[in-house]
Amino acid sequence: MREKFIERLVKFYLPLFIFMFVLLFPFYWMFITAFKSDMELYNLKLNPFFIHQPTLGNVITLFTETLFNRWMLNTFFVSILATLLSLGASLLAAYAIQRLRFRTSGTIGISIFFSYLVPPTILFIPLATIIFELKIWDSLWSLVLVYPTFLIPFCTWLLMGYFKSIPKEMEECAMIDGASRFRVFWQIVVPLALPGILSAGIFAFTLSWNEFLYALTFISTTTQKTVPVGLITELVRGDVYHWGPLMTGALLASVPVALVYSFFVEHYVAGMTGALKE
Amino acid sequence: MGRIENIAINPRERVGQQWRWSTLLEDRTVMGLAFVVPAMGLLFLFLAYPLVLGIWLGFTDTMVGRKGDFIGLANYISLVQDPLFWRVTYYTFLYTGAAVLFKLILGFVLAIILNREFRAKGFVRAIVLLPWIIPTVLSAICFWWLFDTTFSGITWVLIKAGLIGHKIDYLGDPTNARICLIVANVWRGIPFFTIGLLAGLQTINPTLYEAASIDGAGGWHRFRHVTLPLIIPLLGVVTTFSTIWTFADFQLIWVITKGGPANATHLYGTLSFQRAIPGGQFGEGAAISAFIFPVLVVSVLICYKYMRREE
Repeated sequence: MREKFIERLVKFYLPLFIFMFVLLFPFYWMFITAFKSDMELYNLKLNPFFIHQPTLGNVITLFTETLFNRWMLNTFFVSILATLLSLGASLLAAYAIQRLRFRTSGTIGISIFFSYLVPPTILFIPLATIIFELKIWDSLWSLVLVYPTFLIPFCTWLLMGYFKSIPKEMEECAMIDGASRFRVFWQIVVPLALPGILSAGIFAFTLSWNEFLYALTFISTTTQKTVPVGLITELVRGDVYHWGPLMTGALLASVPVALVYSFFVEHYVAGMTGALKE
Repeated sequence: MGRIENIAINPRERVGQQWRWSTLLEDRTVMGLAFVVPAMGLLFLFLAYPLVLGIWLGFTDTMVGRKGDFIGLANYISLVQDPLFWRVTYYTFLYTGAAVLFKLILGFVLAIILNREFRAKGFVRAIVLLPWIIPTVLSAICFWWLFDTTFSGITWVLIKAGLIGHKIDYLGDPTNARICLIVANVWRGIPFFTIGLLAGLQTINPTLYEAASIDGAGGWHRFRHVTLPLIIPLLGVVTTFSTIWTFADFQLIWVITKGGPANATHLYGTLSFQRAIPGGQFGEGAAISAFIFPVLVVSVLICYKYMRREE
């Protein structure tokens, strides 16, 4: 019994603990830095792993001396609109590809999947010229329109998997009872696919919240920036780094994502693995 | 209006007053095409078209706010002659190779550890995903501070433990900076491999392991001859995804080192951004990012192969 416990400790608990420690340590470091005063932060005599005199100074600086709350609002605005736009388009596309099986639907499905692999680093320069032509340069609308390029492929693929799991018989019954195709889609398929739509929505929201390159390229006015871009460009000026407020900003900007994630973790995991397996 | 007829009769054959727009939707091809239009429209305008436009821009001398002229291969020739470009190429491949390899090994190990029943399994699995869902820029800021020469917690521990006598210049030294960025990328990418592979491991039928055990297979043999063959297709897809994302990485590098010191940590993505956006040279930037294309094409082909095999 005792030997078995030791074996389990060495083969399971110890490696698990090491992994957990490494994966979580940066968050701890972020957390304690956020609540330290500059005096403490730059005092090499103190143990850096504890907060000796917690302070809210950084939070106050962040909210009073920067446009942090404006950036948060901007990010919410872009993420929610881009998510809704992508969900709508993906819902229709996924249903058409998975269920209507019209000619060329297979090809369309594959090409949507592969567009997920196209990295933003290839697209941002030509997109910048297009955004400029469309006269939405330096506007949050440019991000709302561009984010679907990585949200739609993901959401469509995920929802296709969901539609596959809904029995065809339910649709056929409704059609025999006289429901039109559109009504079948709207009143039978969509309600049944709600968990899938939720997974896709959560994922799309966090992906939009995460985005950096497009926001950095297209937006230059301080009041229009999203959180990641605002923190990096406004709190790092030349060689002066405001570490306290910077870490506080990073911590606070992670909160919405972490909250959404913690409430829907099962959907999130399902979304991630579902999209992979399809 | 009798709805049942709508199914039986092709709407195009219907005549007179009964013909409505809504009846058109009863045709699966019409409805299907109408349903894919929003998604395909957005993807065409903001993905397919820019993809082609980007290749064209690479052959021009376009600058910010000025339409460029066709200049043939001039951008590519000047790049190939620039030692900096080869330095960037070297690091892009090194970064991708090393980071993907470590993510694969560590992610797989963690997936195997988690693939058994224990208390708080759900909780642990939720925590494992955190580095992946927290915005990369924000965790990059954290790594940046963690790699500060003077105030790094890592240095503090190492000095207290008596392992090193002086401070480490994490990001000021080219080699150190390169290693630090790979570490940060591995940290962020492990969860993707772990959760993806864990889903695959859980679909393996336990009776296969029992059968193998009865036949006298030990732990290693069960892994080698049962787990591995079954997980290979998923492993291939996960690795391919991770490879293209790592190869085209931008955020971590731009936040932590901006390509420095002495351009030692530039990837194609960051160099192309630096030339195009602050530098204003759209044509040259597009030519640099065009070097990501071959890897993208290979990734697509590999994914396609694995997906066909699944079917």
